Amino acid sequence: MTAYVIRRIWQMIPTIAGVILLIFILFNWVGGDPAQVLAGKISNPEQIANIRKQLGVDQPYWFQLWVFVQQVFTFDFGRSWSTNEEVSRIILTRVGPTLTIMVPVLVIETSLSVLFAIMVAYVRGTLTDRAIMIICTVAMSVSFLVYIIVFQWLFGFVLGWFPVQGWSESFWKNLFTYAPLPIMLAVFVGVAPQLRLYRSFFLDEINQDYVRTARAKGLPEKRVMLKHVLRNAMIPILTNVAIYLPGVFVGSFLLEVFFSIPGLGREIITAVNRSDFPVIKAVTVYLAMFTMVVNLLVDVMYKFVDPRVSFK
Amino acid sequence: MSAVLTTPAQAPVQESPGLWMLAWRRLRQDTVGMVSLVIVAFFLAMMLASYTGLIAKDWAKEKGVSYANPSFLAGAENLEAKAMAAKDAAAKAPPVDLSDIDPLAPYYGEWQKRAEKIAVTEVKRAETLPFGGDKWGRDVLKKVIKGSEVSIFVGLAGALIAVFIGTVFGAMAGYWGGFINDLLEWCYNIFTSIPYILLILAFAAVAQATGSFGKGIVSIILILALTGWTGPYRLMRAEYIKHANREYVKAAQAIGASNRSRMFVHILPNVSHVALVQLSAHVVGFIKAEVILSFLGFGVPVDMVSWGTMLAEAQNELVIGKWWQLAAAGTSMAILVTAFSLLTDSLRDALDPKLK
Repeated sequence: MTAYVIRRIWQMIPTIAGVILLIFILFNWVGGDPAQVLAGKISNPEQIANIRKQLGVDQPYWFQLWVFVQQVFTFDFGRSWSTNEEVSRIILTRVGPTLTIMVPVLVIETSLSVLFAIMVAYVRGTLTDRAIMIICTVAMSVSFLVYIIVFQWLFGFVLGWFPVQGWSESFWKNLFTYAPLPIMLAVFVGVAPQLRLYRSFFLDEINQDYVRTARAKGLPEKRVMLKHVLRNAMIPILTNVAIYLPGVFVGSFLLEVFFSIPGLGREIITAVNRSDFPVIKAVTVYLAMFTMVVNLLVDVMYKFVDPRVSFK
Repeated sequence: MSAVLTTPAQAPVQESPGLWMLAWRRLRQDTVGMVSLVIVAFFLAMMLASYTGLIAKDWAKEKGVSYANPSFLAGAENLEAKAMAAKDAAAKAPPVDLSDIDPLAPYYGEWQKRAEKIAVTEVKRAETLPFGGDKWGRDVLKKVIKGSEVSIFVGLAGALIAVFIGTVFGAMAGYWGGFINDLLEWCYNIFTSIPYILLILAFAAVAQATGSFGKGIVSIILILALTGWTGPYRLMRAEYIKHANREYVKAAQAIGASNRSRMFVHILPNVSHVALVQLSAHVVGFIKAEVILSFLGFGVPVDMVSWGTMLAEAQNELVIGKWWQLAAAGTSMAILVTAFSLLTDSLRDALDPKLK
């Protein structure tokens, strides 16, 4: 297994190099001279001169790329172009609120959709099954924006069950006062597509031979579903959760914007609006690396979920 | 879309029906698919009619009072319109007499005379509009039609370009293999290792700051296309790997067909159903993405209207109880997206019956 992990890490190197190159091409080459980008946004010419010097704009491209590579590996992207705050500090302070929302979302959403999916798969082919699938399709077609606007208005403004928006210093107050409505929204929107997907995973397993064997030896259907089918369906479900996992760290941009949650998602939107390139560059590069690590961890986890898997 | 689907029906009758003919027959038996097809065709027709100016040409005219009620709510009180009317009335009332300190006072009489010479037609603003009015008294129904133009066009054009890039790359990687395959797989890994929404925002940041992706709609289409090619690429590559060594391709080689001809004349028609399903799926995704990007302000310029900009206005309107703009934009988008998704499913079933 160690050999496998080492080889996988070795294989990540070209991809990481590629991500760095892509971001470099996008922001330094297509993006052009920061003096032009920042014209009208920063009035202090000295500051622009500093930024240009720091990025080595007057130097050849290979030198600029080298500067960028150094930034990535020293975790030092300098300071934000608009607030002059250190980029590393921005990322570290904004991750907390994002995780406060997204970790509960991930846990609740996954458990609910697995639960519902196994229930729907149990009654497969019936009217209930069809009705739930149609409801899911329709629910998925309504824009996330519409859900946020309506829920925020209904639960925050009309009924007043939750604050319309806000955030505080205290973690517990955030979790129990400000976070429930965004969490509920994200779960509500996320369950429909996942339910559909997980149902298909369960249905794939239900038609397998081992299920027939289990039934033939007289196991009750409940046991067949919960013990045999669920375990086997966990593999594609795990893969799917892994795909969502890196997104947990940027959170839901829209939720953070609507509910004024000072998280990473809102920070990125602000950065895009202000052309604050260092912040976007840093978040993109690190999140890409994180995604690769998560993928590796998931592949290793398969081994524990499914002992048949062998590392080649 | 509809053009692609109707072509098989017009094809000359052959002894054995081809893939498209068979697919069309299967699709016709699928009620859900046909209803979705009709709805999608209706939206496309609406978009074209709006583009050519047949309908909703005067969407920008401020015909009603501010937040005019929908016709079916004719009696409801409209506080905003009253407030506006009161403001207007206050503006018309004779101003406080300041003539002894106002240096311009001697000229007022002359200006008054000149102003009277210019004909001003007082537009009587309607109290109600078919589906209500927005803040400026524009007809929400016409606004939705006009908004569909941008939203659907962005979805279609973006998906077309994305699937085109994906198909060309996928064909190259799958057909040639070797170095080209490694190179393109490397690109694929790079693009997919960055979370999708973050990739879009990174492109949007550069587009926003420099304008290097063009202006307005063009930039949003390019952003979506340049980030969305990976899905079609992966599927087309797999198809090309499967087909590259089939006998009919070898036969084509034997009669001297060039590589390019084998890739795009011989293999492509046999795998184009995959591309079509991808196209349909991407249109849905891109319409949703356009709405969100426009809402965040990274897409459609202020002088244009799209479903996303309408939803952005709707957020503040809901608080004062004006729900119709939200309902109109949200519902029309939901109907189109539902129909398109169902059509995609039906297309997949019709084109690839083995999948069922």
